[in-house]
Order: sequence, then C-alpha cells, then structure tokens
Amino acid sequence: MIKVSGLTKDYGARRAIQNLNFDAQQGEIVGFLGPNGAGKTTTMRILTGYMPPTDGEAIVAGYDVVEESLEVRRRVGYLPETVPLYNDMVVFDYLKYMGELRHIPNVDDRVEEVLDMVGLMDRASGYVGNLSKGMRQRVGLAQALLHRPEVLILDEPTIGLDPGQVVEVRELIREIGKERTVLLSTHLLYEAQNLCDRVLIINKGKIVAEDTTENLQARLLGAERVVVRVRGEADELADTVKKVKGVQRVETHEDGAVEFEFSSGKDLRPEVAKQVIKDGYDLLELRPLGMSLEEIFLELTDDSRKK
Amino acid sequence: MRNIWTIAKREYENYFNSPLAYVVAFAILLPSGIYFSLILLSSAQSAFMGGGGAPDGTPTNWLFVFLMVFLSPALTMRLLSDEARMGTLELMLTAPIRDFELVAGKWLGAMMFVLSIALVTLIFPIILENLVTPGIDWKLMIASYIGLILVCAAMLALGVGISALFTNQFAAYFVTLGLFFFLWFMISLPVQFLQSGGEFLNYLSLSYHFAQNINNGSMTLAGITYYLSLTALGLFIGTTAIEIRRWR
Repeated sequence: MIKVSGLTKDYGARRAIQNLNFDAQQGEIVGFLGPNGAGKTTTMRILTGYMPPTDGEAIVAGYDVVEESLEVRRRVGYLPETVPLYNDMVVFDYLKYMGELRHIPNVDDRVEEVLDMVGLMDRASGYVGNLSKGMRQRVGLAQALLHRPEVLILDEPTIGLDPGQVVEVRELIREIGKERTVLLSTHLLYEAQNLCDRVLIINKGKIVAEDTTENLQARLLGAERVVVRVRGEADELADTVKKVKGVQRVETHEDGAVEFEFSSGKDLRPEVAKQVIKDGYDLLELRPLGMSLEEIFLELTDDSRKK
Repeated sequence: MRNIWTIAKREYENYFNSPLAYVVAFAILLPSGIYFSLILLSSAQSAFMGGGGAPDGTPTNWLFVFLMVFLSPALTMRLLSDEARMGTLELMLTAPIRDFELVAGKWLGAMMFVLSIALVTLIFPIILENLVTPGIDWKLMIASYIGLILVCAAMLALGVGISALFTNQFAAYFVTLGLFFFLWFMISLPVQFLQSGGEFLNYLSLSYHFAQNINNGSMTLAGITYYLSLTALGLFIGTTAIEIRRWR
C-alpha cells in the first residue's frame, strides 16, 4: 500500500531525508518515530503528493506520487502536523467544502457521519476559528477520514488532545488500521508501542531501525535484565546471585534489590530463584526489566550515548 | 471544471464574510452613484438650455474600471498569499485538485464578486432608459459591459497570480497596485513625447483598449485579445508560482 525506495529530499543544500526505504501493508499501522527535524514531516509530505522528492520513488495506494499525484491524493487522507484549517468557516461547511473537492456523493450525510466519529457533532455549526487545539485536531482528523481513504497519513495525530480524547482517537485509528494502511508519526514512544504494528525510527533523515515493537526491544537488548528483591536486609544477595552460572553485570540498588543480566535465549530466572531460596532469603520479586522504547530510541538517536 | 466551481463558490461566499469586500463594493458604488447623478444633472441643464446630447451609461463604467485599478488588488491580495501564510495551502495541494484549478477557482470567485457589483450598476442604464426618449443605445451599453468584464478579468487574474508569489497579503497588494498603475498610466506615456513610433505602446496599456475603443462601442480584436492574454498570463503566473512552491 505504501512502498518507498531510495527516497531523498534536499532543501537547498540541506538534505532532509536520505535514501529512505520502507513499506506498509494494508491493515497495518506503522509508526514513524524520531526527534524533531528528523524528516518525518518531509517524508509524509512527499507521500501525500504535497511536494516531489529530489530522488527515489514512492508508490502509495498503487500509484506513483510524482507521476500520478492526483490518483494518490484521491486515495490518501492526510492530517498535517500544523492542522491548517479555514478559520473563517463553519465546521460543517468546511468539511463539506473539502468533501465537495473530493466529489463525495451525499456529502452532507458523510460529513455528519465523520463529525459523529470524532465526537464533534455539537460544534458542527460553530466557527473553526473558535475551536480549541484538541477540537481543531479532531476536525483535521475528520477531514482526513472524509473520503474513506485507502491510506491514512497522520502527522502527530494525538498532539494537543486531552487524555480522554487521546484514548478515543487511538481507538479510532486502531479501528481504521484494521482494514486500511495507516502511517502515523509521533514522538510519544508509549503511543507507538501501544498503537503501531511496526515502528520506523528515523534520525537525521535516515531510518535507524525498523521492526515490530516487540522485536525491536528484543533485538536491541541482546540480553535480558532482571531485578531480584527479597525481604529484610540482604547485604550478600549480590554474591548469592553471582553464584548462578551465566549471570552477568550484577549491580546492587540502594534499596537492596539486585539487578543482573543474562544473554537472551536462556532464561536463568528459575536457577536464580532456587539459589536465593537455598541461601535462606524470602524471595519477594523476580521481575524482568524490559528496555522501554524510550531507551531504545535514545540509544539509536543520541550519538553521545552510543557505546 | 467542477473543482474550479467548488473553489469559486467558496471564495465568493467568503467575500460576504469580509468587511474589506464591503468596503470595496461601497468604494465603487458610491462614487459611481454620485458621478451618475452629476451626469444626469448636467445633461438636464444642457437640455434646459436647449443643447447637449442624450446621456449614456458608459462614463460610469469607465469610472468603475478606473476604481478597479486601486480596489481590485484588495480583492485578490489574500486569495493565495493567505493560504500560504495560514498553511491551508497544504490542504489544497494534497487535495485531488490541479494547481491550475485552485488558481482559476480563486480567480473565478473574485470575478463573480466583481460581477455582482457590476450587476448593481445596471441600475444606471435602466434609469436612463426611462428618462431618455427614444431610449439609450443598448448595443453601446452591452459593449461597455463586455469591456468592463474583460478588463476586470485581466486585473483579477494578474492579482491572483501576484498573490500566489507572496505570503504577505499587503506585499501582494502593493505589487499588484504598482503593476496596474504602470499598465494604466505610465506605459503609454512615451506616446505623447515621441514624434512617432510609440503608438504600439498604446496597445500594451490597460486603459487604452477600454477607454478608446470598447467603451465607445468599437469591439476591437486587439482589445479583446489583449485582455484575454493578460487573463491567461495572470492565471499562468499563479499556477507556476504554486508549482514552484511545491518544489521548494
């Protein structure tokens, strides 16, 4: 549904994105993750036919974004990052106008339908300019959904929404993502982890990692870290843990808990548990410390942290 | 075509939300009304003294077009520059419409607004028709209105084209005004100073074809071609400017 190969875009002398390659299938939600200025918006603007790439090729919904731009634009729903809207229009009229430009039959009914989907029915007759940030966001989303697009491209779709709305919008995106292709950018790692089937991490115009969220964690971790906690004083707990063969990098926390690592693949937790009990401790907790996407993200994008 | 119409309709309706558009309409209709009354008065006076011809409606159309030199840039200045400033251009450029359709739609919307004002001025020839026996020369009047439409089409197209070059509407206004000022007053100035050979400059003047020919009932091919070419040029500049924005 989206196929990008060798995509490059220069703004004057500055290279915004460099040789991007990725794809997204129907029924898939792909997250686009990266720090500000990494090239997320640039990529999305190319995919929506807003501007042509300097080099490379992008096929969206079966059409080339440069050669068959109009066909692509017919099939793509786009929520730009800045959510540009006509402030001097009434919400309903605005959506109707956008629907008429897309030749939607029975446009009035469809506008009501999408307004209902984004929960803005009660603001339909108000001016766009009077809406709050979160409501604007939802009008933008309604506009992107209006023509039942095959591909939905959302630039920071949940930014500025309050927590309740965030949940609703995520639910909506998840629903749409079942049948269609969704590419969304976010800087909320939690969101990517929660919502996306696959994550592309982009930094300085290059894709630095691409995988499912689970695989990404496992792959980057290489080893699994586990924390052990016991009841009462446990000055020698670290020594106990060290007795188990294969345990590496044992560290003692200030509160007495002990953290250790083993190569992924061979789980040493049962052995550690046995050893702890054998040495007379009351085992309270044996918890794996999954590396959060946050840490992965920093690991990948922050040069100064690279080992 | 359908997209052009959709965009034109929105722009047209949008004018009625804008105080500026009312100011423009007022600034055309008030002087036109005063001018028309003065024409009636002076004709009546001449007739009373036993001389003078029957008045016709063409001078008010000349005034209309003359005022458009200053006022039409105000109608077109924000059409595309504001879309760029507000970011809504991104919506338009990712909607399934051609760049030309966007520019032409904006122009048509402005055109429809100006035609609405022109429609109000039809009251002048209708009043005259009832005052003058055996009625006024309607052929001349129709030629005058066709000329008015042609000149406005050219001005608004150039205005829309220039608006596409800017993100600041006032920059668009002053550049458009400067261009019209040049094309209306200055381009044919050398004709008066040169002994001969400068006449072709008349053909490039925004006012010449209308004031000298069309508004006197002579629909010259040169005049029609000139205004239609300027219209096409304006729309072309607008479309190209939008395309350049995409590539930047």
